[in-house]
Amino acid sequence: MKFSNPPALAGARILGLGSYQPDHVVTNHDLAQRVETDDQWIRDRVGIVERRIAPEDLSLVDMAVEAGSRAVKDSGLDTGDIDTVIVATCTMPNPIPNAAAQTADRVGIHASAAFDVNAACAGFCYALGTAADLVRAGTSKNTLVIGAEKLSDWVDWEDRSTCIIFADAAGAAVVGPAATEDEIGIGPVAWGSAGDIASTIRILGESTNKLHQEGQAVFRWATTKIAPVALEAIAKAGLTPADIDVLIPHQANLRIVEAVAKRLRAKGARQDMRVADDIVYSGNTSSASIPMAMDHMRTAGTIRSGELALLVGFGAGLSYAGQVVVCP
Amino acid sequence: MADNAEILTGLAEIVEEVAGIDTAEVSADKSFVDDLDIDSLSMVEIAVQAEDKFGVKIPDEQLAELKTVGDAVDYISKNQ
Ligand SMILES: CC(C)(COP(=O)(O)OP(=O)(O)OC[C@H]1O[C@@H](n2cnc3c(N)ncnc32)[C@H](O)[C@@H]1OP(=O)(O)O)[C@@H](O)C(=O)NCCC(=O)NCCS
Repeated sequence: MKFSNPPALAGARILGLGSYQPDHVVTNHDLAQRVETDDQWIRDRVGIVERRIAPEDLSLVDMAVEAGSRAVKDSGLDTGDIDTVIVATCTMPNPIPNAAAQTADRVGIHASAAFDVNAACAGFCYALGTAADLVRAGTSKNTLVIGAEKLSDWVDWEDRSTCIIFADAAGAAVVGPAATEDEIGIGPVAWGSAGDIASTIRILGESTNKLHQEGQAVFRWATTKIAPVALEAIAKAGLTPADIDVLIPHQANLRIVEAVAKRLRAKGARQDMRVADDIVYSGNTSSASIPMAMDHMRTAGTIRSGELALLVGFGAGLSYAGQVVVCP
Repeated sequence: MADNAEILTGLAEIVEEVAGIDTAEVSADKSFVDDLDIDSLSMVEIAVQAEDKFGVKIPDEQLAELKTVGDAVDYISKNQ
């Protein structure tokens, strides 16, 4: 007996982007009314000026649908061309049903393969790497990848070391085929995990159901271990650091973003490499942050179609993943 | 093995690089937080670089104990 597989393609690429944020803005001054903190402290330590928080009646899936629909529109595809939906999320209110099936249905992608990926703030890059391989292998024609989070449901609003950081949003990308090598727009993923220090960021259902984090331990890990992952992603794509036009790390803390950029520049990345700072007005939105930052930068003109962007996500798990992509 | 004067010089260079403070300001009696105005996240970055430079381990709990530049020099000198 002989199995047959669909022929593999040269690779995959991003065809479209979209993002969505709730309307409600929460400033540092607003937070200072609830917990003992101040605007300057938050700006200095995490670089955030304001963030968006979803109202009770706006669900994670609502945000995913909005971002996903915008990405599909941007890609120029019909929903019928898409056969797979992956939602990266770690903040669904309940374990089942998953976010992806509902999102797919509401975006108008019927009977699609649909599953969630939980790799927290690395989730989008995990899902993008998975989608690229599904498309390249011929398993999927086109895949919609969405990072969507409603962190406000899980944040302890009395804990001043976390409530100042996290926020709500969704970001999405459509991944489609690259028929020739020249068309490839998603490099191989460099990914992994550090389960030995899993407890540094956690939500423990049996106790409070609220997010806890050992901020300094996470900061130390992120500022030392993430630049090497980014360099591995560059090497796997057959590129050098000087090729990167735009760095889009997970928007965890502006100080981490700057530390990663500094380390990459010390390894040959250009001084004029642009660095995403979407966190300033969006907060840390976990798996949504990378696609949303890329979408916002494209709207602002700080990344242009055809430029090379280095994506690198990292967070709870601890998990990390990165890849180089061509901006659609 | 670096002696204390060499450790101080090396540490001052790291502090200058991370926090932009002139090396001349970084003397043994100075408190990182109160005198040099270095926050806890910059301290982590300084610790990471000191680990590389001097071949020591400075865990977060230990870092919190290093109040002055002199404390850090002593710790590095004993543990290198
Ligand atoms: C959370 C984080 C901002 C805390 O900063 P930190 O410098 O480590 O803060 P510490 O917990 O050491 O606290 C330092 C001081 O600031 C105080 N503090 C903490 N939060 C504060 C706030 N919101 N406003 C004012 N003061 C605050 C602390 O109580 C402490 O005061 P003390 O020294 O008098 O006790 C920082 O550790 C961080 O961002 N880490 C990375 C986390 C991250 O990126 N997570 C996402 C991963 S996906």
